[in-house]
Amino acid sequence: MGFPHTPHPRETLVLSKHFGDTDARTYKGWVKRGGYEMLNQALAMEPAAIIEEVKASGLRGRGGAGFPTGLKWSFMPREKKKPHYLCVNADESEPGTFKDREIMRWTPHGLLEGTAIAAHAIQADVTYIYIRGEFTEAWDIMERALAEANAAGVFGKIKIYLHRGAGAYICGEETAMMNSIEGKRGNPRIKPPFPAAAGLFGMPTTINNVETLAAVPLILENGAAWYKGLCLSNPKSTGTKLLSVCGHVQKPGNYEVTMGFPLKDLLYDLCGGMRPGRTLKAVIPGGSSVPILNREEAESTLLDYEGCVEKGTMLGSGGVIVFDDSADLVYQIMRLARFYAHESCAQCTQCREGTAWTTKILERILAGQGKMADLDLLLDLADNMTGKTICVLSDSCAAPVVSGIKKFRNEFEAYITGNRKPVIAA
Amino acid sequence: MSAGMSMHASGTEEYQAVFTGATLERLQEILTRYPNRQAALLPALWLVQEARGWISDRNMAEVAELLGLTPAYVKGVVTFYTMYHQHPVGKNFVQVCTTSPCNICGAEDVAMAFLEHTGAKELGATSPDGNWTVIEVECLGACGFATPVMINDDFIESVTPDKVPELVRKYR
Ligand SMILES: Cc1cc2nc3c(=O)[nH]c(=O)nc-3n(C[C@H](O)[C@H](O)[C@H](O)COP(=O)(O)O)c2cc1C
Ligand code: SF4
Ligand code: FES
Repeated sequence: MGFPHTPHPRETLVLSKHFGDTDARTYKGWVKRGGYEMLNQALAMEPAAIIEEVKASGLRGRGGAGFPTGLKWSFMPREKKKPHYLCVNADESEPGTFKDREIMRWTPHGLLEGTAIAAHAIQADVTYIYIRGEFTEAWDIMERALAEANAAGVFGKIKIYLHRGAGAYICGEETAMMNSIEGKRGNPRIKPPFPAAAGLFGMPTTINNVETLAAVPLILENGAAWYKGLCLSNPKSTGTKLLSVCGHVQKPGNYEVTMGFPLKDLLYDLCGGMRPGRTLKAVIPGGSSVPILNREEAESTLLDYEGCVEKGTMLGSGGVIVFDDSADLVYQIMRLARFYAHESCAQCTQCREGTAWTTKILERILAGQGKMADLDLLLDLADNMTGKTICVLSDSCAAPVVSGIKKFRNEFEAYITGNRKPVIAA
Repeated sequence: MSAGMSMHASGTEEYQAVFTGATLERLQEILTRYPNRQAALLPALWLVQEARGWISDRNMAEVAELLGLTPAYVKGVVTFYTMYHQHPVGKNFVQVCTTSPCNICGAEDVAMAFLEHTGAKELGATSPDGNWTVIEVECLGACGFATPVMINDDFIESVTPDKVPELVRKYR
């Protein structure tokens, strides 16, 4: 929803507490709200002590993979022999996800503060915040905030720069991002070496998502135990999560809830449910790269890392895409396949050919020229695209196709048998 | 950068270097942020596009020279990123997100409405008056505000077909 946004009483406002408040965007306004105090304290702390605190909080990466943040930081060499780098992932391009943009628009200083604390913890000399090229408004706000904070000298020796992307979903993948910052095509790199050993410019590097870093000052302020206590279900998933809800709900938007919150309550209570006369058909809970849930599964999912895995999907980036009974899932899955085909960096044959071929077969089905055997062909292709490539973009294309055919096979069959009129030209 | 930022023209005009005066100073400042010159490539290309509206082969060669790269390398990078224009576009460049989350909220109708009201007959084609180019793009990262549209550097949320005529009037 637009702003000012009235939070729902069941939200837990931690990261989004100041969303919609333009005064919090300014340096003065941020300091007035207690901002940069934690950075001051952190700069006086041993890096290892910060890492321990973040480890104890249970914070896990909010960019998609959910990797424990403190543990990731601890992979950086303790004894610094070369320059260290931090990259902040503000490339936010996963369909369904629009939370990092909101963090940058409303609490740019919160992100900068978390960034500087992380840089100190991993002993990074230089940090690049990689913002996707289309986020012009967020860029301007971040640029202003960075200039103000630099003028106030809050970062000490730590240097923070913004780096603008130029339209490529794949640059959100961490090694592609490093290539992009180095002035190269955004092709993902083969791992190992892992970034903590040889990352940006060949130096030890850590990459973190915007939402992950924005949580860090709050963890230091309130303590790891407080953060760990923010948990409604599985103790391995702690803190709050910004869920971007889009598609067929009455009130789309960002909602911040405690980990383990029921998806059903998010949809029907916080988001106001379906449009009048409509019923829920399917939900993709973690951005377009994760398997689709049918209604029964969605209505019993608890929104944390384990809760989603239990239902055969993933929490991913927390981009919740909602489809009601009016949605043509075959067409939408084709659109997602087309997205991945468009965004494939084309290095791996399985991905380059697989995403394009998958799209073509789905288009053929939608044009009324599909055969029953096409469904098996799609599944076969998906199998070949999973776990066999340099990065997981290929797997991401397969996820909605496989889960879609498994759970909504009748919709595909209706096009193939002619029970449904073709929607695209042959 | 504003909506009126003027885009460039025919490509046949006499070549003028982009990196002189204030623009060169901006590049020099940018170079201090990175440990090598190559890393300033994306920012340098943005400076070209801001100044000229698109990036010609001559401009790529200019950037290559400044950063110690080959023109072919620069072209290889330019072609990887969809936001860099390798050809002039209409005065107003309209990008409508039609990826699934926006698609189910009617984004394709928004794109069609832009085509209709701007006179740009087809996606990707420029209107006869040279004022409009409309394209469909993949997810703009604002899916809860369907349908987001970018007009030049302006990011506009919650566009519906009925709001299109007014937007077209505003930018015309
Ligand atoms: C194809 C692809 C696209 C990705 N896009 C993003 C993105 O837009 N933003 C993001 O934070 N992480 C993205 N990731 C995940 C990053 O590679 C990385 O895991 C993450 O930024 C690490 O930060 P975190 O540990 O704080 O989550 C993407 C991964 C893949 C494979
Ligand atoms: S899986 Fe696809 S996007 Fe990833 S590296 Fe291979 S070709 Fe590129
Ligand atoms: S799908 Fe349209 S902005 Fe994300």
